[in-house]
Amino acid sequence: MIDRSPPPVTEDELHAYVDRELPADRMLAVEAWLATHPDDMARVAAWRAQIDAIRLRYDTDEPVPARFNVERLLNGDRRWKRIAAAAAVVAFLAGSAGGWIARDALHAAPAMAPGFEAFTAEAIEAHKLYVVEVRHPVEVPAADADHLVQWLSKRLGYQLKAPNLESLGLRLVGGRLLPGPTGAAAFLMYENASGERFTIYCGRSSAPETALRYSENGPATSVYWATQDVAYVVSGSGNRKQIGDVAVAAYKQIEQETPAPRGG
Amino acid sequence: MPAEHSLIGFRQNVLASIPALRRYARALTRDAEIADDLVQDTLVRALRSEHLFKGEETRSWLYTILTNLNRNRLRSLARRPAHAPLGDNDAVEHAGPEAGMRDIERALQSLVPEQRTALLLVVLEGLSYREVAEVQGVPIGTVMSRLARARAQIKGFLDGERPALRRVK
Repeated sequence: MIDRSPPPVTEDELHAYVDRELPADRMLAVEAWLATHPDDMARVAAWRAQIDAIRLRYDTDEPVPARFNVERLLNGDRRWKRIAAAAAVVAFLAGSAGGWIARDALHAAPAMAPGFEAFTAEAIEAHKLYVVEVRHPVEVPAADADHLVQWLSKRLGYQLKAPNLESLGLRLVGGRLLPGPTGAAAFLMYENASGERFTIYCGRSSAPETALRYSENGPATSVYWATQDVAYVVSGSGNRKQIGDVAVAAYKQIEQETPAPRGG
Repeated sequence: MPAEHSLIGFRQNVLASIPALRRYARALTRDAEIADDLVQDTLVRALRSEHLFKGEETRSWLYTILTNLNRNRLRSLARRPAHAPLGDNDAVEHAGPEAGMRDIERALQSLVPEQRTALLLVVLEGLSYREVAEVQGVPIGTVMSRLARARAQIKGFLDGERPALRRVK
């Protein structure tokens, strides 16, 4: 006969006792209960033995393999992005290479991805307006290219990249800041030895992601694309192939060579 | 630069959790390769969505991702005819400490996944009941009953009551 029986102990409390989750004010009661209830004491002992066995089986201090390096995990992601970008270029080149199938594919494509009309219209207007300008085609000349990129990046709110197109015989003339349909837009102008001008117009845009596509508008031909929240329009007055080449070169530099995120 | 600091802190926390995540994944899956694939998917998801991370406990969040990925994996396995694990469970018993380790593995494997997850998070990973409730998205009472059933089932298994897994020749 126990004269002062402790308050009844629940099974939940026994688990909490084993897992060190029992409130301090119940410790004595549970321990007193176990001292007088051998069946429960045996259960508690069995659960503790399970814990020891599980830890013994799975606890390990083996070194972390290289595949779990943060840089590698992030770069793995980047490799995938690079492949996607390369695939977009291949698809575009195949489309522009001519032939009935490719032409059909181009015609079958929707006339213009939604959200792009205003953006490309602005880009083509700017192109037409400034390529004929002799004295003031740009606000900031290429001599100040670093300043130009820094300034435009600040105004656009993301890191702008002025692609190097010298392999195509194009040198940067300079750039300017323009009002775009959804905020600030950057305008970069390039020129070849014979004075032909190509422009890149870009800015933040809510247009859905799109691979490279042609758009023709009078004498100007454009190629446009959009990534997550930035849209680009490359325009020129030459033939499709010429503008396609410029767009692909610009696209490759912009989409594939953005600096890798810094690992912590 | 508090934002940058918290980003670095986040990645360091993710890195520091890798050994524990691998241990948990191995115990969950019983297969080191599947386990490491789960861990890798968990880390890539976590790092990709670090902008969504609003400073909750990194560790609980990682366990949640891994637990969900494993549940998806089990669901997709369930759609296919399963026969591979049976041979494993029928492994001939040997005496000695190794046999004891295999027993606990098989005992764990005899649990339904939700019970196994709850038990491992508590006893192997040291999560509190409240954290396990968050990881599993259930009330604490449900965690407690999963834990109780898991422990009873393992005890029965180790004591020799395992009708479901008796050797079938």
